[in-house]
Amino acid sequence: MNRRQSAEVLDEQGIDRALTRIAHEIVERNKGAENLVLIGIRSRGVHLARRIASRLKEIEGVEVPVGALDITLYRDDIGEEGFHPALRKTDIPFPVADKAVILMDDVLYTGRTIRAALDGIIDLGRPRMIQLAVLIDRGHRELPIRPDYVGKNLPTSRSEDVQVMLEEEDGKNGVVISKE
Amino acid sequence: MASVLKAKDILGLEEMEAEDIQFILDTAESMKEVSERQIKKVPTLRGKTMINIFYEPSTRTRTSFEIAGKRLSADVVNISTSASSVVKGETLKDTGRNLMAMKPDILVIRHSAVGAPKILADTLPIPVINAGDGAHEHPTQALLDLFSIREKKGSLKGLKAAIVGDITHSRVARSNIHGMRKMGMEVRIAGPATLLPRYVEQLGVQVYTDVDAAIEGVDIIMMLRIQLERQGQGLFPSLREYSRLFGLNRKRVKRAKADVLIMHPGPMNRGVEISSEVADGPYSIILDQVTNGVAIRMAVLFLLLGGI
Repeated sequence: MNRRQSAEVLDEQGIDRALTRIAHEIVERNKGAENLVLIGIRSRGVHLARRIASRLKEIEGVEVPVGALDITLYRDDIGEEGFHPALRKTDIPFPVADKAVILMDDVLYTGRTIRAALDGIIDLGRPRMIQLAVLIDRGHRELPIRPDYVGKNLPTSRSEDVQVMLEEEDGKNGVVISKE
Repeated sequence: MASVLKAKDILGLEEMEAEDIQFILDTAESMKEVSERQIKKVPTLRGKTMINIFYEPSTRTRTSFEIAGKRLSADVVNISTSASSVVKGETLKDTGRNLMAMKPDILVIRHSAVGAPKILADTLPIPVINAGDGAHEHPTQALLDLFSIREKKGSLKGLKAAIVGDITHSRVARSNIHGMRKMGMEVRIAGPATLLPRYVEQLGVQVYTDVDAAIEGVDIIMMLRIQLERQGQGLFPSLREYSRLFGLNRKRVKRAKADVLIMHPGPMNRGVEISSEVADGPYSIILDQVTNGVAIRMAVLFLLLGGI
């Protein structure tokens, strides 16, 4: 692990500010927070979605429900080298039909995770629309997927690794980019 | 922590590691959620072909595997050998080779000969799941039983279970004994002496011929089906006597813990090994077992085809 050189590109405060801005943008674009639902992609997307939900509560006084989506069963690389079949449960205790779904993930890279997430959501019902919010967009899309809300754009090379750490899961907050 | 099952096949719990059992149970939790949706399907095994070949009759297990495969979007083919080439004398290996020529991705087999699934597993390159081989093992049944217990009790370690009935002829009992012991449970078996296998204590179980003593203070009672054919073989005198001495009824159940779970792999002989009152009563999780069977089978299909 010490061979990696790593640098912090976003600190705790930076994450907080980005999420606050994203929450405001969501409210602006959707003209309020009524009829919105948040779905986070397991597992860090879920923590981020909850943080956005609490900001929406502060800004608009609206309780936006948060669900957790596990996309493992929708992946396009099942059975291939590198696929690890560790499932975490999908838990979306509300209907998605006719709602505006804000899909949340930590890092947007090739776009394949989001493609799987779209299939997963649509299997549960027909939302009115799906908007995508990500904390980090690191480029290198392999599918025509684009985010609606971005915390930070981070140009990277393929040999680099972007890791988002959140205190709910990793004990601290920060975004680190590392290279072999 | 297991991130993928190490073995190519699932033939029994005797050789399975506790870590893998745990992993299958955890995976089944997520699979159970799929069965609770409106559209009970995920695209995970789309394009994969699953062949169920059952040399012994079965409705429950075969249907459960079929539904499990279909919920994962696999293409499922059922072969029941009464209506097949086996009747014309084809050998197991030949049947296996012929099926392979049609390029299936996974095989589920039930056979009356112990070791038949292993023969196919060793000769075929695809994963093989044992759906019951003779009196040897029925791993997915034991896995769903463990899952059902864990679902109600939270964890397995330290729980006391009593398995009651014709242990000698029961693959369900054997797989459960292996699985429960690996997960840290205390296992008691009870039945008439004529239906208890010799040397069974070597599996680490306590042996009883008095069912009242066996179920004293237990957390789980698992009743096994008494096969009516055994009566003709002189292994017990009459169903009525069996029922009186070994059958589970409301009065007998009181000896167990107040929050006991009553289980049965099915199909039940109501009034013989278990009374209707107990089978349909508040402690019974017999129907949960069936529901969980689909989730467990989805989990093993996914893990065997999803791992490398």
